[in-house]
Amino acid sequence: MAILDQGPPHYKKMLPPIIEENYGKWKYHEIPRPGVLKHVGESGAALYSVRVGTPRLVSIDFIRDVCVIADEYCDGYLRWTTRNNVEFLVSDEAKLNPLLQKLEAEGYSVGGTGRSVSNIVHTQGWVHCHTPATDASGVVKAVMDDLYEYFNTMKLPAKLKMGLACCLNMCGAAHCSDIAIVGVHRTPPRINHEVIRKGTEIPSLVASCPTGAIRPDPKNKSVIVNEDKCMYCGNCYTMSPAMEIYDPKNDGIAILIGGKTSNARTSPSFSRMVIPFLPNTAPRWPETTEAIRKILELWIANANDGERVGEWVERIGWERFFTLAELPFSDMLIDDYIFSRETFRTSAQFKY
Amino acid sequence: MTEKNTPLLDELEKGKWPSFVTEIKRAAVKSEAAGELLQVLERSYKERRGHWKHGGIVGVRGYGGGVIGRYVDEPQTYPNVAEFHTVRLLQPSGWFYNTKTLRTVCDIWEKYGSGLTNMHGSTGDIILLGCKTEHIQPIFDEFSEAGFDLGGSGSCLRTPNCCVGPGRCEHACYDTLEACYNITNEFMDELHRPMWPYKSKIKFSGCANDCTSSIARSDCSVIGTWRDTLRIDQEAVKEYAAKMNIKAAVCDKCPTSCLTFNAETQELSVVGEDCTRCMHCINVMPKAIQPGKEKGATILIGGKSTIVQSAFMSWVIVPFMKMEAEDDFAEFKDLMRRIWEWWDEHGKSRERIGETIYRLGMTKFLNGIEVAPVPQMVFRPRANPYVFWNQDDLDRSGTALDGSKL
Repeated sequence: MAILDQGPPHYKKMLPPIIEENYGKWKYHEIPRPGVLKHVGESGAALYSVRVGTPRLVSIDFIRDVCVIADEYCDGYLRWTTRNNVEFLVSDEAKLNPLLQKLEAEGYSVGGTGRSVSNIVHTQGWVHCHTPATDASGVVKAVMDDLYEYFNTMKLPAKLKMGLACCLNMCGAAHCSDIAIVGVHRTPPRINHEVIRKGTEIPSLVASCPTGAIRPDPKNKSVIVNEDKCMYCGNCYTMSPAMEIYDPKNDGIAILIGGKTSNARTSPSFSRMVIPFLPNTAPRWPETTEAIRKILELWIANANDGERVGEWVERIGWERFFTLAELPFSDMLIDDYIFSRETFRTSAQFKY
Repeated sequence: MTEKNTPLLDELEKGKWPSFVTEIKRAAVKSEAAGELLQVLERSYKERRGHWKHGGIVGVRGYGGGVIGRYVDEPQTYPNVAEFHTVRLLQPSGWFYNTKTLRTVCDIWEKYGSGLTNMHGSTGDIILLGCKTEHIQPIFDEFSEAGFDLGGSGSCLRTPNCCVGPGRCEHACYDTLEACYNITNEFMDELHRPMWPYKSKIKFSGCANDCTSSIARSDCSVIGTWRDTLRIDQEAVKEYAAKMNIKAAVCDKCPTSCLTFNAETQELSVVGEDCTRCMHCINVMPKAIQPGKEKGATILIGGKSTIVQSAFMSWVIVPFMKMEAEDDFAEFKDLMRRIWEWWDEHGKSRERIGETIYRLGMTKFLNGIEVAPVPQMVFRPRANPYVFWNQDDLDRSGTALDGSKL
């Protein structure tokens, strides 16, 4: 019989001795090379963390592999980061270079520190989600392959944090990322009345719609969708497989940029849409990788030292960004949802 | 029989970034379910659509969540993934592990599941992807025996998470690892037995760099800060001055222009009361600048992603609170209980707390949780005169025609 409510494993059992000894007494850190952090304690002790990219979706074989490496070089201690990277915690400096050589020999990707592209926080996509408008892991793989030179170096103007959400529920922090890739459905669900009659709880289905677009249709023992109110979130498909939301011809990807969550310099900010739709060109999404690279290179060429994507765009102005990026501006980019008014320009100051 | 070739997915084994397809193939060596997942996914790539659905409530005895039911839409074609449920396990604070613990996870999951995981889910849990309904209870029993517990799912307190904190960061203004561990344990009932209008999340970040993105991703963001003035080591400033332009890289980028570098004396000075503690200077010169000594956290409420009422970032409700393990984080826990009680009473089904507050008004919320208004809560005050006066305010401020108090 299982023990209930015992909580998570205790973190103190997971800390290497060097962390126990220097807990709360770290003085500073440096990045001696891309992918390696050096934290120095008040005691003078130095801890090296070697950061390795992962696909997040990993097998137990992968976990066992990194355990073998951690046993050999890190006395069995490692951690994962908020962005799904692995960090090998090296307390013996003599083991740092041998570890790096080992990782290179085994084909691991070391990087993701400082002014680099870090791993893309992402969702489940076609692998395991029920409402995806695109795949998550595949798009991430294609984009990270394309931007790899910016993962294992630190030559960007500032750090670049990307997020991918595979539908407009926007799980993951895509809404506050430097560059966000968001799967979009663009058509309302198609109702399979036969399946509904066979056993869908109609009140639950009606209640599942966040905008009240679904109402009962007692005559047909089914439901009706007010298509003008539908925002394509797919919550109804969660309640009933009769509400098919996927649409291979019309589903795709939107690109939003300029968000951040750190308070450094400027306040946290939302990502803003700059490309409303790109096609779902599996398996390598060339339109998406190209669009992202173009924005990234424009930022590299034009940003001031230390300026994140959103800080750069806000400095030059969004209107100027669209000119520089040669991206078409359309009505789809003007907000017409609840808090739209704050995005309208209430000033006679602007650029061309 | 389904087609075994995966020409589209094979394209995603090319390139330098580690491949999830390779990972699924590795799991497929031992797991028929993982092999069939590959087939389903190849079909998704061909048809450009998903093939998963919800379908029935699954769970373990004693809990109302922790396992998410997942079913393929063509069970006859793909019998091994007809049931392919997700198990969430509470992660250790800061995602620190020893290899023994990780191997235990692998061994139990190999026995019952697909061998596929997410390290980690967006909320922070260890995610075990793909098991059958009949194995859910045995999986939980064995993990429980080994010292693990399930994470949150449904309308409950979702699994809290935290940054690396004092474990490996000089910026941590409170012990995020202990706070996350202690507070997760305090609210086990709220986490395991969904009883609220909707989900609710807490994230602990040790400083305003907010490495857990708590302000965007959690209903309650606990962001480390300090009350006094940042501390400057002038000797270390001189060392930085020898290799960088402090005025350009630090002073000119300070959002409140509160830092001045004197090129002659090579000293950096700060106007303490102008500093908004954004972390920029500390990030650039960690050896020379430190947070102040009076440390704690800012508590912000209401963050969430877009669905339904747009994305919200959390807003300040307590500018500074002590977050101390010595007093068992009592003030924070007390505040959270008041907040959840108010939300439980006023929130509609599927309404996040930020949406409830927005619908009913910040003032009602603050009154409800008995928190006094302070100017740090807003960027600027209201621009309209539509105050909802209550009788107490009228009694206090009204005057009779002869000038006497009413």
